[in-house]
Amino acid sequence: MIKPSEILARIQQQLGPDVVSASSISVAAPTDGREGGIHFWIAVPPESWPPVARFLKEDPILRMSWLRCLTGLDYPDQKQLCAAFDLMSFELGHELCVKVFLPREKPVLASVADVWRAAEWHEREAYDLLGIVFTSNPDSVTDEFGTHPRRLLLPDDWQGYPLRKDYVFPREYHGTPGSVELDWAQKPVYPK
Amino acid sequence: MTTTVRSFVTAPDIDVETDVATEEMLVNMGPQHPSTHGVLRLVLRTDGEMVLEAVPHIGYLHRCAEKIGENLAYYQYVPYTDRLDYLAGMNNNVGWALAVEKLARLEVPKRAAYIRVIVCELNRIASHLVSMGTYGLDLGAFTPFLYAFREREFILDLFEAVCGARLTYSYATVGGVTHDLPVGWVEKCREFLDYFAPKIDEYDALLSFNHIFVKRTANVGVLHRDVAIDYCLTGPVLRGSGIKWDLRKNMTYSSYEDFDFEVPIGDGRMGHVGDSWDRYYVRIQEMRQSIRILRQALDRLPDGNHRVALPKIFKVPAGEVYMETEGARGQLGFYIESRGGAIPYRVKVRGPSFCNLSVTNEVCRDCLLADVPAIIGSIDVVMGEVDR
Repeated sequence: MIKPSEILARIQQQLGPDVVSASSISVAAPTDGREGGIHFWIAVPPESWPPVARFLKEDPILRMSWLRCLTGLDYPDQKQLCAAFDLMSFELGHELCVKVFLPREKPVLASVADVWRAAEWHEREAYDLLGIVFTSNPDSVTDEFGTHPRRLLLPDDWQGYPLRKDYVFPREYHGTPGSVELDWAQKPVYPK
Repeated sequence: MTTTVRSFVTAPDIDVETDVATEEMLVNMGPQHPSTHGVLRLVLRTDGEMVLEAVPHIGYLHRCAEKIGENLAYYQYVPYTDRLDYLAGMNNNVGWALAVEKLARLEVPKRAAYIRVIVCELNRIASHLVSMGTYGLDLGAFTPFLYAFREREFILDLFEAVCGARLTYSYATVGGVTHDLPVGWVEKCREFLDYFAPKIDEYDALLSFNHIFVKRTANVGVLHRDVAIDYCLTGPVLRGSGIKWDLRKNMTYSSYEDFDFEVPIGDGRMGHVGDSWDRYYVRIQEMRQSIRILRQALDRLPDGNHRVALPKIFKVPAGEVYMETEGARGQLGFYIESRGGAIPYRVKVRGPSFCNLSVTNEVCRDCLLADVPAIIGSIDVVMGEVDR
């Protein structure tokens, strides 16, 4: 099994030291004695992501053949969105998470559906629920919002991206009223 | 100027088989079609009997379970995990509990881990029984369905004794399981296993090696191993393509390392490796392996507490985790980000059926229209998990 620091060193050695802007090894995180913590991640600038993805898959030492999960995250306080790709090499058994941070006003990232075909649906879902635009996704549409992946779970004419933290639940959709009492911005108040 | 109208009746030089252009047709299948297992909708582009394209349209059961997760405490989300893959609620509960425990650096007692293994494997059998029964139903065999549901009923009775629910259990929770096993339950479970083990041979005789069933499923919907890896298919669909990979074996969790069992894979016995029959038969063999695990777990069930005492306001340290467990349909993953409070900052569910379904277009291309239910049934999707 390749250790997290070896994965990091291999990427930086092959693609240059600048492709990794941060990692859970360098960021102070609770580690439990495990290198990189319980969830080892590296952060990659958006423009480097497609070559890094192709390298991770095709490199004979890393062989990240599985894109297991794509998680979109919203950080309104940092004005950022994040796409976290959980990768794994099932032949060799090592895991890696690649995070790509994007500006919240213009979250555009190149699709990696040509590297892992599993990415197609994950990217459509991330657009659908968080509004991260993956350019050149194989299933894209063009409308008044520009060219973006087709919505996956929500109807095509849905407005907004529900998993953003500032999302306002619609009061009405095609004549169906939304619950008036339901306030999604309101969090339950837990006793201290 | 004369216009020649070519008549099929009068023009002897026209061959109807090849010269007459047939139009491509869009056929809508679902979301209420009985063989789409819930609310899956497929739009099929067909040329006669051939399917040129099968585009799944999903989201009819979407509840945004991930948004709900951002508004609930870690305990409170457990009932929502039941409703992801509603045929294997126990496996989902355990997946969520293990992910939260990994994030919170929590160790559960050995007894709790064993009870989790027991209920997971029972639920795996129950889920595979539904899969097998409805698969037969899709292909026109009604009887196996009744057999499967008869046996499944006993498992549901066992679950009812353990937690009071028959479908949405919320039994495994953060820190262990909600109740200890009731008195006499272990013996009841053993009785069930003695009753159930020979029934699998009955299913083999009734369905697995039934000539018509084999003709309908062998060499249909072949998934090559490279395609399976590229789409990150997991569970019986992956193993049906001949890849020996099971999280219970390869990245063990919850004491699975204590048990001795095999990982069955598709071997192309009836046709090509990775066909629908292989995927089906992997599930049948997994039921036998689950019985093996269950017998070992029941024999070695340790004494002790069934859960750790946790505070009512359970706070999880800041951090993030991505944890996958082997559910009945594949690898169920939870990505949790915590900011140190009582409720998570972000919850992401990776449903195995979601990824398994994404291969539909690839595998249904250039097959016959009548084979589409056979392929969808062999992938065995649960829409609650696809749409979340």
